[in-house]
Amino acid sequence: MKRERITRREVPFPLYEVDLAGAGDEELLEIKEALGLGLSLEEMRALRDHFEGLGRRATDVELQTVDQTWSEHCFHKTFKGLIETPEGVVDGLLKTYIRRVAEELRPDWCFSIFEDNAGIVDFDGVHGIAIKVETHNHPSAIDPFGGAATGTGGVIRDILGVWADPIACTDVLCFGPLDTRFEDLPPGMKHPRFLYSGVVAGIGSYGNNMGIPTVNGAIYFDEGYIGNIVVYCGCIGILPKDRYFRDVKAGDAIVLAGGRTGRDGIHGVTFASAELTEESEEVSRPAVQIPNPIEEEKLKRAIIQIRDEGLGSGITDLGGGGLSSAVGETAHRYGLGAEVELGVVPLKDPTLAPWEIWISESQERMLLAIPPKNLDRAMEVFEEEDVEATVIGQYTKRRRLRIFYAAHIVADLDLGLLFTPPRVRRRAEWRPPRLQEPRFEMPPDLTETLLSLLSSPNIASKESVVRTYDHEVQGRTVIKPLQGEYSGPNDAAVLKPLPDSWRGIVVSCGMNPRYGKIDPYWMAASAIDEAVRNNVAVGGRRVALLDNFTWGNPERPDRLGGLVRAARACYEIASALGTPFVSGKDSLYNESPLGPVTPTLLITALGIIPDIRRAVTVDLKRPGDLLYLLGETHPELGGSEYYRLMGFLGLSVPKVDAVKARETFTRLTEAIDRDLVEACHDLSEGGLAVAASEMAFSGGLGLEVDLGAVRVSSPMRDDLLLFSESNSRFLVEVSPDNASEFERVMEGVIFSRVGRVLEERRVRFYGSAGRLVVDASLSDLLEAWRSTLR
Amino acid sequence: MRRSEIRVLILRVGGTNCDRETALAFRDLGVEAEVVHTHRVIREGSLPDYDVLVFPGGFSYGDYVRSGVIWAKLVEAYLLEDLMRFVEEGHPVIGICNGFQLLVELGLLPGFEGRSPYPEAALATNASNVYECRWVRLKNVNRGNCPFTRSIPREAIIRMPVAHGEGRFLFPREWEEEYLERLYEKDQLVLRYVKPDGSFAEGEYPHNPNGSFHDIAGICSPEGNVFGLMPHPERAYYGWQLPDWTRMGRPPEYGDGRLILEGIVEYVERRF
Repeated sequence: MKRERITRREVPFPLYEVDLAGAGDEELLEIKEALGLGLSLEEMRALRDHFEGLGRRATDVELQTVDQTWSEHCFHKTFKGLIETPEGVVDGLLKTYIRRVAEELRPDWCFSIFEDNAGIVDFDGVHGIAIKVETHNHPSAIDPFGGAATGTGGVIRDILGVWADPIACTDVLCFGPLDTRFEDLPPGMKHPRFLYSGVVAGIGSYGNNMGIPTVNGAIYFDEGYIGNIVVYCGCIGILPKDRYFRDVKAGDAIVLAGGRTGRDGIHGVTFASAELTEESEEVSRPAVQIPNPIEEEKLKRAIIQIRDEGLGSGITDLGGGGLSSAVGETAHRYGLGAEVELGVVPLKDPTLAPWEIWISESQERMLLAIPPKNLDRAMEVFEEEDVEATVIGQYTKRRRLRIFYAAHIVADLDLGLLFTPPRVRRRAEWRPPRLQEPRFEMPPDLTETLLSLLSSPNIASKESVVRTYDHEVQGRTVIKPLQGEYSGPNDAAVLKPLPDSWRGIVVSCGMNPRYGKIDPYWMAASAIDEAVRNNVAVGGRRVALLDNFTWGNPERPDRLGGLVRAARACYEIASALGTPFVSGKDSLYNESPLGPVTPTLLITALGIIPDIRRAVTVDLKRPGDLLYLLGETHPELGGSEYYRLMGFLGLSVPKVDAVKARETFTRLTEAIDRDLVEACHDLSEGGLAVAASEMAFSGGLGLEVDLGAVRVSSPMRDDLLLFSESNSRFLVEVSPDNASEFERVMEGVIFSRVGRVLEERRVRFYGSAGRLVVDASLSDLLEAWRSTLR
Repeated sequence: MRRSEIRVLILRVGGTNCDRETALAFRDLGVEAEVVHTHRVIREGSLPDYDVLVFPGGFSYGDYVRSGVIWAKLVEAYLLEDLMRFVEEGHPVIGICNGFQLLVELGLLPGFEGRSPYPEAALATNASNVYECRWVRLKNVNRGNCPFTRSIPREAIIRMPVAHGEGRFLFPREWEEEYLERLYEKDQLVLRYVKPDGSFAEGEYPHNPNGSFHDIAGICSPEGNVFGLMPHPERAYYGWQLPDWTRMGRPPEYGDGRLILEGIVEYVERRF
């Protein structure tokens, strides 16, 4: 630097001033580097101009505040920015493709969407259900236990942050193959097996300790996750709608409650938007927070008590950006300003500098706005629960953020500046990969193929993980993730939130990262279809969706091109299915020396079931019952587990006909409501053969299926019929007494009777020529399914 | 005592998390059930106002050090006198999961010679070394000393879920056989893990989910009114909580967990 631009101010604590006036690009970059900021050059220039206009130096606290607020993690610059595509400019992905579904459908049951910490939908007129899913990929890659645990803790606070009582958690995880060779790992990269066991333990530990059941999830393995693991943590809560307090006024106290503030979680948001490198372990370790679930358990009790007594006027969690985001965002939301004294914040380490206190992401902290008249009682509630709570300032009429430390002013920022960062403009271009459909002979022994598929890691039983999560605490779990004696895989979880109502909620998810390698559009479409059909399969309806994108660096047009395509599918398919998005979150910049993460879109679905006593499970119930296959089967095996087993990716990715799918879903719901469905399972990875096997061994009953009876769009080979992953399909067990009524309900939908349930514990498929092509005992099938991840 | 007059105290501290569903289950039985922080009961000295004391499941104080031990020390330091009087008067004291761990740490169970100043048994880390949430089958092996399982026929098999990382009931190796004999002598064995065919699990996983010595899932004090168990009756209270109710068409009204909680209430009705 030509002259000393960063100088220490003469105060009895560490505070640095930065002289931005006249700084050239190179100097701006040097300043950015010295302060560890994640801002772009363009943003640094905007800041220089701003402070030049003010005619004064900036403090480190001010620059750190802007850095946090403008980060991808906090502001979602890419999703809000302008994107140039060959087809024209997209003015905000979120606005154009995600929020728009609800804006056009105008569902009267959406209570709050994309506004607050979580989406809220109506439950029974009186209560709302809040739901949020977060990503915690980068921290989990550095510290799998702590990263995953604090991911869970963070999303639980999002639910508390809308005054809701958390009643369930979800988790969806992606890892590299567990048998990855150590030699193939770049330096500094942790082995998938280490990450897997740490992440699973972290999620279980937090949810179990807090007493929130983990009821739904998935685990996915792919080479594209070796360098970048994916950790999605979700939480669902319930609140009386008239207790949704959002009415902060000037003069209301700003109360910081919960754990103490420490040096853990400094620059977490910057780290979240950086690529993982060999040095991440050392450089970014402080960015990972330390979990203490019991602190949050106590905090939860206090907050629910404060809610029930109506003491607060606003609430938000401390997540990315710490106090800087929480205070700034609440003040901004209510059209107010804020004054905060950092000197009174309880610390884990007394040597923290003001800027560190201000942006630390230490866990288990919440920010509440309390009107002065309720302050004494609120503090009493915290004390009763053994929770530390401190008044750190107040909201003000003047729309400025004024931060003090030991009565010295250390930041004085205009909220307008903070919330109008320079808009990003990015370029996106997607080119279809050069792929072709494989040609190969049908394997001679399809029974063997089925057994191999059942034991492939993406299909195999996840029981060894699911059982380490308490999925029954709170006593609300009606349909559990694992069904009955044989721990079969249910399509969705059902919860009964209220003691005096039979009404339930249905939670499911969908994800098909492998399809994205062929076309992100159909990957997104398939994920939506899968999430919704999982929900419908157990009796859910009136489905709300959440989107969670995990993608590579959006500044590279090819990565962003795929993202735009997936987002467009979100709009088109969700609109056609009538399922609005109510919340979502994106995690970009998932890059490592091995390249970008496998682009991954998780769709979470939240449905309603009017009477939980009608919920349907996966297990076959009675010998002699009939089996119906709903939906049409196409020769679509691109990206399928079968092709993967045979060593191919393929090209013919499964598509979604949303109009037909919606009709199938509606009719199946009607059949369930009329008590015509004994068991039901959606067809996903591994297709008909895997779904049928799972239904059979879950119920301890055999079955036979005639592939010749399957409704197809064009003639198909037996192996393709068995393993095609065409969307919008279900296998349904119906008692012979109800067959004619069931068929009447299904009229107009593509379906056919394909087989029946057997007493004999075998699964048999007859090929199109009437030949027996699969014949396996339940014990062999179950053993294959269970052996991989035991 | 009339049922509507019975007051159940469900104690909690930071990290307790099965209090809500336990209270709901008791209320369904027609008694009054209150969830109160241990600090408040200590401050107000209100334990004698209640008829039943329940230590519910959870992770009290994070189960740091050892499961249940910090909570047990809190009770020992500030609530012991009231608690011992409560026990001696014959009131039911129930420990579920973390509550069972607490009763063992407190020396109340097995309590061969009254309360022991040190734990005589342990609920150690599961043999599988991981936390496990699963339904188990249990046989009522009590010959009548434990008043709460009297309505369950002897040798009958009931189903409830367990959910714990530390539920492996162990005695000190050198005292194992002698202590077991004493349990039999004083009829303190209540619930043991069994296989689907009704025979004892003999330590076989997952029927015995944690590797407990002698398949022990629940024991009572020599007097019978202090009862601890690892499985969760409050999660098996309603029929719709059963893991396989969809095989029965509609869920039955209640699950087997109700038998235990009702046994407690009936005992108070009879005795007081």
